[in-house]
Amino acid sequence: MTAVSVASPIAAGGGRPRIRRGSLWLGALLAIALVGPFVVSGYRVFQLSQVIVYAIALLGLNLLTGFSGQISLGNGAFYAIGGYVAVIVMTKAGLPYWAAPPIAGAVCFLAGSLFGRTATRLEGLYLALATFGLATATPQILKLDALESWTGGNQGIVITKPGSPVTGLINDDQWLYLFCLAVAIALFVIAWNMVRGRTGRALVALRDHPIAAATMGIDVAAYKTIAFGVSAMYTGVAGALGVLITGFISPDSFPTLVSIQFLVGSVLGGIASIFGTLFGAAFIELVPDLAKKASDAAPQAVFGVVLIACMMVMPGGLAGLVYSVRARLARGTIRRHRAES
Amino acid sequence: MQALLHQILSGLANGAIYASVALALVMIFKATHHVNFAQGELAMFSTYMAYELIHAGVPYWIAFFLTLVFSFIVGVAVERLIMRRMQHAPELASVIVFIGLLLAFNGFAGWIFSFTMKEFPSPFASKAWYGTTYLSSHEVGMIGVTLIVLAIVFAFFRFTRLGLAMRAAAENRPSSRLVGIRVGWMLALGWGLASALGAIAGMMAAPVVFLEPNMMGPILLYGFAAALLGGIDNPWGAPIGGFLFGVLENVAGAYLVGSHLKLALALVVIILVLVFRPSGLFGRTVVVRV
Amino acid sequence: MTALQMREVDAAYGPTMVLRAVTLEVEDGGIVALLGANGAGKTTTLRAICNMGVRTSGQIVFGGRRIDGKPTEDIVRAGIGHVPEGRGTFQSLSVDENLRLGSYLRRDRNVARDLERVFGYFPVLRQRFHQQAGTLSGGEQQMLAIARALMSRPRLLLLDEPSFGLAPILVQEIFRILKVINQEERMTMLLVEQNARLALDLASRVYLLETGRVVSSGPSQQIAADESVRRAYLGL
Repeated sequence: MTAVSVASPIAAGGGRPRIRRGSLWLGALLAIALVGPFVVSGYRVFQLSQVIVYAIALLGLNLLTGFSGQISLGNGAFYAIGGYVAVIVMTKAGLPYWAAPPIAGAVCFLAGSLFGRTATRLEGLYLALATFGLATATPQILKLDALESWTGGNQGIVITKPGSPVTGLINDDQWLYLFCLAVAIALFVIAWNMVRGRTGRALVALRDHPIAAATMGIDVAAYKTIAFGVSAMYTGVAGALGVLITGFISPDSFPTLVSIQFLVGSVLGGIASIFGTLFGAAFIELVPDLAKKASDAAPQAVFGVVLIACMMVMPGGLAGLVYSVRARLARGTIRRHRAES
Repeated sequence: MQALLHQILSGLANGAIYASVALALVMIFKATHHVNFAQGELAMFSTYMAYELIHAGVPYWIAFFLTLVFSFIVGVAVERLIMRRMQHAPELASVIVFIGLLLAFNGFAGWIFSFTMKEFPSPFASKAWYGTTYLSSHEVGMIGVTLIVLAIVFAFFRFTRLGLAMRAAAENRPSSRLVGIRVGWMLALGWGLASALGAIAGMMAAPVVFLEPNMMGPILLYGFAAALLGGIDNPWGAPIGGFLFGVLENVAGAYLVGSHLKLALALVVIILVLVFRPSGLFGRTVVVRV
Repeated sequence: MTALQMREVDAAYGPTMVLRAVTLEVEDGGIVALLGANGAGKTTTLRAICNMGVRTSGQIVFGGRRIDGKPTEDIVRAGIGHVPEGRGTFQSLSVDENLRLGSYLRRDRNVARDLERVFGYFPVLRQRFHQQAGTLSGGEQQMLAIARALMSRPRLLLLDEPSFGLAPILVQEIFRILKVINQEERMTMLLVEQNARLALDLASRVYLLETGRVVSSGPSQQIAADESVRRAYLGL
């Protein structure tokens, strides 16, 4: 990826007016998000929930790319693990649904860290290949007979979707949506703080100048491990939420295409802004359904074209494009001010 | 003993296909330092073009030749229109573009031609004189065609002015510019040639594995393993790696790991080479200056 | 007759300015040396002429036509031979192939004759004709690089630090041969050198560069004799 500072354009701010404007947009977004599920019906609410879930998964991928400069083609594996952990936690351990996402996140953090540790020596292309191996291996591993008691084998497992405690005011779908939204907001805030804190700065230094960072004593391996761990954790939480809103899980829910979808969403939305992440999530939720009408292979073809187009035209994703347009407009304003004063 | 010989010879026949794919990968790697992951899908798409031509009544060898031209043009177009823009982009951006190309070609093939398997004809009659007990006539044909093509390619690079210019452009771009070589077009030609090589591999493989959008996936993996084995920057190593891997795959598949683990074998070879001897059997080691 | 003229040329690598308002002239058949400390911009000047990796503004005129901004391949076609810093030989190709690449653009019949002439200047290249260029010694590679540039029959030869990394005896020999080439073929040369003494010996005119600007210029005897210039820039 082009070396986009993870903090921009959110933190780029500049003068006070721009920060306030940014908060206005965020506030508007939040308002729409809260009102949304009550304005649309049934299936659409589910789609909105799915968008939020994908946004969390994309955030996970963005954190990885932003912090380590690496891409992962295998986050579908952690999405799957998160989902299965949630199911096991609810069916075998009998825990309530709201315990599932944190536990899934913790398990995936461990799994991701483990993967990051073993893959420390791999970089760039080779790391991408290794993660791709992970993505292709996942459905096959999930189908193994040895794991059938945990995974429910080919037929999958059905779970009862959590119900709304206030059935009069908020129906089940809406309640699930709000739950996902709450988790999403919490996770975004955590990510924000991580990015702007010391960990974030160290990881960016690591990404941009790995050799220099190593000579300064920053443990390269440790930070790469953390980057993968955090990324997997977010994706795992998303996977758990995904199972809650669909009520069903099976090995066939996690083909390689899931990992590719995340890549497309991340590339399209850009790694540096909330709006971009939401745009990417909406894209990967809505477009495949549309494309399937033309042909089963159409979504894949569309993804391919999108990836190529993004890399050629706007490596920073849609958000990057918007940001650069705004930056150009701002420069125009400054020049005009200077000329006038 | 007879069975072993059969496996080896059959392995050589498969190896012919891997050799072509490996050479195509090495050609592009030498010139651009990128591994073209979309090579297989490009080859598959070209093979579909051949299929359409043949079913429109065009005689086999004319369709073969036209397909080579088609794939050459597609390769040149991809380089000039897409890859050229990525010249100054970071490496991972190029990787994403390759993934995109892979998805796009595969997706469009599935969209346009559907996923049903189709029979692809072999130009080598099944009871021809060169068939033996160990090899079908198509397998002999595969080896023969590949050897002829390899000979032509090597002669081109060794003895022609254009071939020399392409080798120069792959090795040292600034110096090539200083002797007046148009480096950009040399890269495009390299892509065109690599695509044509891939198309040949596809047309040789299709009668055996049947024509469908995913047919080149495993073959690309084997070709990649073969290229790594021979040295990813060594054009002589590539075909050797290809034939070697073909035999290895067959023999190991028959006697050691079982045929459904052949893909895993390829992955193991790739990992072993990358970890223990990244320059392959014949390649050069590269030292990164800090 | 002026072979090459640079007028008020600025050059930059990305955002970093390296050359400022460089103005110089090379006469037909003459040898001009560009001297200066490390980082003064000497190599950049040659790169600017060939438009390799630098952004330039200002005018560069060769043989009466402007070449600034044109693609390197076209500038080379116009008749400029550039022996780059570090020789730039094609390491994995043979001496034969390197020389053939030198004559890549030529379609005329005199290539074989020019090859003989090049062997006359550098006999060692005939001995090593089929050897891989990367196995040649530093001095031999420098000779190969010059020979390759000569094979294109250039009207102007640019040489970037031909003495670099070579033993003094070898350097003397190479400079002697350069003088011979200039006399026998009236080959115009623009030479960038760290070794001021050798350069002053060979060249008829000298330009001194300091942090990207031309600070002094004149006939080489004049520059060599000027006390303040000698102390400040040449360390002589």
